[in-house]
Amino acid sequence: MSWLSNALTSSIGRKIIMAVTGLFLCSFLVIHLIGNLQLFKNDGGDAFNVYSHFMGTNPVIRTIEWVLVAGFVFHIYEAIALTGKNRKARGSQGYVENRIGQNSPWASRNMGLLGTVILFFLIVHLYNFFWRARFGTLDKDINNHDDLYTLVVTSFHEWWYVLLYVLAQVALCYHLIHGFKSAFQSLGLTHRKYTPFVTYLGYAFAVIVCAGFAAMPLYFFFLQ
Amino acid sequence: MAGSNPNAKPLNLTLKVWRQQNRNAQGNIVDYQVRDISPDMSFLEMLDVLNEDLLRKGEEPVAFDHDCREGICGSCNLFINGRAHGPEPGTTTCQLHMRKFSDGDTITIEPWRAEAFPVNKDLSVDRSAFDRIIQAGGYVSVNTGGIPDANEIPIPKSIADQAFDAATCIGCGACVAACKNASAMLFVSAKVSQLALLPQGQVERKTRVENMVAQMDKEGFGACTNIGSCAAECPVGISLENIAILNREFLAAKATSNNLG
Repeated sequence: MSWLSNALTSSIGRKIIMAVTGLFLCSFLVIHLIGNLQLFKNDGGDAFNVYSHFMGTNPVIRTIEWVLVAGFVFHIYEAIALTGKNRKARGSQGYVENRIGQNSPWASRNMGLLGTVILFFLIVHLYNFFWRARFGTLDKDINNHDDLYTLVVTSFHEWWYVLLYVLAQVALCYHLIHGFKSAFQSLGLTHRKYTPFVTYLGYAFAVIVCAGFAAMPLYFFFLQ
Repeated sequence: MAGSNPNAKPLNLTLKVWRQQNRNAQGNIVDYQVRDISPDMSFLEMLDVLNEDLLRKGEEPVAFDHDCREGICGSCNLFINGRAHGPEPGTTTCQLHMRKFSDGDTITIEPWRAEAFPVNKDLSVDRSAFDRIIQAGGYVSVNTGGIPDANEIPIPKSIADQAFDAATCIGCGACVAACKNASAMLFVSAKVSQLALLPQGQVERKTRVENMVAQMDKEGFGACTNIGSCAAECPVGISLENIAILNREFLAAKATSNNLG
């Protein structure tokens, strides 16, 4: 199997792993957003708690959860490996003057920075909601489900928490604007027939998904 | 002279030039003044003026790479004011004219920077890594014997055009110099897609992409992160689409070639 490990550790192989895991994580974002839209249902959190109970207990979901963990781990690991390789390739002596801003977009050059912001957010986010829902003791709601909804509402009344969420969604948006179309490029999925559509779809995906997520804390902070 | 402007004012410029004695020496930026530069001169002719001044003063001239001085050979390679081949799109350093600058300008001139492109001296860099990548697979097999008829192998016009566009790469290395990751993928992809598109390139199609990518990694070039600086700075307009072709050629070759290594 040395051919496979050689292929996957080559510079193109690593990019292919980044692309595959990145698009997989995009699919997770869609599911996560659609599920969480139930926060907007004005039912005191019944639907959201039923949904979170299902997500926390269903064996299929619990299995796929590990695939999701693997997706994050590989995406982050490859990002670190590629960054190290690319820094080494750039060399120790940099340019005295480099106007790279004139030939490339900011987000494309700062995927590592944006990713680090998203990772920081992810850790806070997992600790506050996922960790407490899975391993902590939440109060029960009227249906005897863990009342995650109340925790969400309480959290989203903290100004600094709302600010962190909104900033993280801005970072995610820029990360996706580059990442979505870049994944198709890395996989070699380009053609003059559909590449313009992929580029457009990437922008729309980034803006819609991130605006959707950012709307949740803003909704509870300002309107509830 | 055609195209020249007899009324154009000569330029006086300050140059900040990277000077480095040899590959192992520590280099630094040295300031020079050049006077009465005609706006009709090319950038390299301006450097010739500087070097003549230096020789007259008994100083060592600035080493820089150049050969054809008409944008074909890919020898000239200067990082001018923070841009590969200077700020003009679609031009090599030798095609950059001094009329693009203004009197009193300060111009920073540096060599290509990349771990795989060590500086030989001053502004001259060793780009033999590119030669070794080409040797690893940038060729086609041909039959010996009689001369084949022209146009013996039918090739659709659109494919021939696409292959030709890729073939226009002059191997100057601006893509590597401009890339945040010092990646050589635009260069490698130009050769891989040129030969993958054509019937003549089919014999080595899979081994070519495998070997050229392996050599590229061995030389210490970075990995592409689809930033696009390379194509923006490429003097002959090699498109990023070639990198996508390289990626799928690589994927297909790894999945189906007989090379188990």
